[in-house]
Amino acid sequence: MNLMSAISVALLALRVNLLRSVLAMLGIIIGVSAVIAMVSVTEGAKRAMEERIASFGANLLVIRPGSSAFGGRRGGAGTATFMTDADVEAIRSEIPGIVAVSGEMSGSQPMVVAGENWTTNVQGVHSDYFEARDWFVESGRAFTPAEVRSGARVIMIGQTVATELFGAADPLGQTVRVGAVPMEVIGIMAPKGQSSWGSDQDDTVFAPITTTRARLLGYQLGVRDPVFTIYAEVAPGTNVSHAVADIEELLRIRRNIQPGAEDDFSVNNLAEFIRARNETETQLGVLLAAAAVISLLVGGIGIMNIMLVSVTERTREIGLRLAVGARRADVRNQFLIESVVLCVTGGIAGMAIGVAGAYGIGNLGDFPVSIHPAIAGIAIGAAVFVGLFFGFYPAHRASRLDPIEALRFE
Amino acid sequence: MAPPLIECRDLTRVYRMGGGEVRALDGVSVTIEEGEYVAIMGASGSGKSTFMNLLGALDRPTSGSLRVAGEAIETMGPDQLAAFRNRTIGFVFQQFNLLARTSAEDNAALPLIYSGMKAAERKERARARLTQVGLGERMDHHPSQLSGGQQQRVAIARALVNNPRILLADEPTGALDSQTTVEVLGIFDRLNADGITVILVTHEQDVAAHARRQIIFRDGRIVEDRR
Repeated sequence: MNLMSAISVALLALRVNLLRSVLAMLGIIIGVSAVIAMVSVTEGAKRAMEERIASFGANLLVIRPGSSAFGGRRGGAGTATFMTDADVEAIRSEIPGIVAVSGEMSGSQPMVVAGENWTTNVQGVHSDYFEARDWFVESGRAFTPAEVRSGARVIMIGQTVATELFGAADPLGQTVRVGAVPMEVIGIMAPKGQSSWGSDQDDTVFAPITTTRARLLGYQLGVRDPVFTIYAEVAPGTNVSHAVADIEELLRIRRNIQPGAEDDFSVNNLAEFIRARNETETQLGVLLAAAAVISLLVGGIGIMNIMLVSVTERTREIGLRLAVGARRADVRNQFLIESVVLCVTGGIAGMAIGVAGAYGIGNLGDFPVSIHPAIAGIAIGAAVFVGLFFGFYPAHRASRLDPIEALRFE
Repeated sequence: MAPPLIECRDLTRVYRMGGGEVRALDGVSVTIEEGEYVAIMGASGSGKSTFMNLLGALDRPTSGSLRVAGEAIETMGPDQLAAFRNRTIGFVFQQFNLLARTSAEDNAALPLIYSGMKAAERKERARARLTQVGLGERMDHHPSQLSGGQQQRVAIARALVNNPRILLADEPTGALDSQTTVEVLGIFDRLNADGITVILVTHEQDVAAHARRQIIFRDGRIVEDRR
């Protein structure tokens, strides 16, 4: 008996009991669709993560003051003494492998321009900031180190701010009142999109840190030239953990931390942080894969059950086929093919549902979804495997039937 | 003279059931020539069905020898028996044993699938045999759309489709009314006239009367062999 006629016999047998076939396939459908939806969503999430790492700057270190401790009572993060411009300069000059370092200090400020106003976060930074963040102007120019030193009244605005304040007009050269200070727009930042925690990174304004400190924020912070955060970019190829250790050592000395005492600051690598998050997603993927394997297993048992029922129901047919010349292998193959056809049909249905489900989840949660073409092969392969594995026993049983007994079966 | 088509020597078939043994067939020796028309008769449990199963190569004897169409059945393995049944024997059953939801044509062509014949040729041969048994107009009908007599004719077409030398019919009219019994037996008569060896198992005298030879079994032995 050739393969094509065996497949058509199998399809006929499945069509005859359509509802039962569909129910038998359900496990496979659920299993395969779960695998596909899972792989597509985690793959998409992984890609998005990688893009975010790249957009943030893969080798970026973020240095913040930590908690202060007085007599055993520890304050929260940021309660320790602020970093200063001097720390920025020390990192720049003493840590090998640092290509860019900048302090940052920010606060919310109202911005006003002829009839429009918009309140946004004004970030005071050093001129190295843009290289560290790997984020540059799209038009106009960035402010220079000299402008930072002199406290020039210039700003670079994000795309969102440009749209909110100027609409379609060209903001370059315009004067915006930031808080009470008129400042000139000298640059428009390239679009950056959402941050990894979902905020709009383009809704921001950059000004020289000196100008921000002196004219906009005016905080009394108890230190000279304070900064909230230091961003440092490590040269590509440099060992990031060495750079982190060097910075930690330097800051412990500069901040007079006794040996054995805890650091009152933290040095974080965002790429590491994001990778760690990625790992939890990989673990989630493993969990989902286990669920998928279990549902395929349950689905396979369903297939086996239905095939055993089918063999019993068709005992006389098997007897007849044996009587008219089917070899045992012919009968076994017929039932194996039926089982595989059942599973592959379920696999294809599951694939369609899985792809639709992945896009559905993607739309609902606003996740990116990445559907790999190999997924079709994996789904069909898994279905064929389940069909062969769980179809073998019923098919074997069918092939061992005694033709005389089978023909007499009521 | 050619050797006999069927030659049994001391044919014995013992079934083991529970603790005991049942000698369903107990030292049967008989020859049947090509072209004969034989009725096998006997009460249930007489051994006639066992004898038929052996002739049809569905079973192997416990001892003794059985040559059918020159081949020693007792020496063959399952796959050889399957191939032998496929090309030498045509079976007709009491309950027709047609595949449901399958057209008359596909039912009649079933044995050809296992002889590895191409689809177009299968179709042609099945159609020719269906026409021969008078069902040329109902090729596409499913068994549920056919009367009992028509279903048995499909089964006969299926038995004939591979040009077997022997037609084995096990109570072929047991499920038919008297009118269709006459029609079906008429087909057997014609086939035998065309040279096919016909062996039918029956317990009805008037069915057996169609055959030219009656072999009667009792307790696993032949008690009467009349021509």
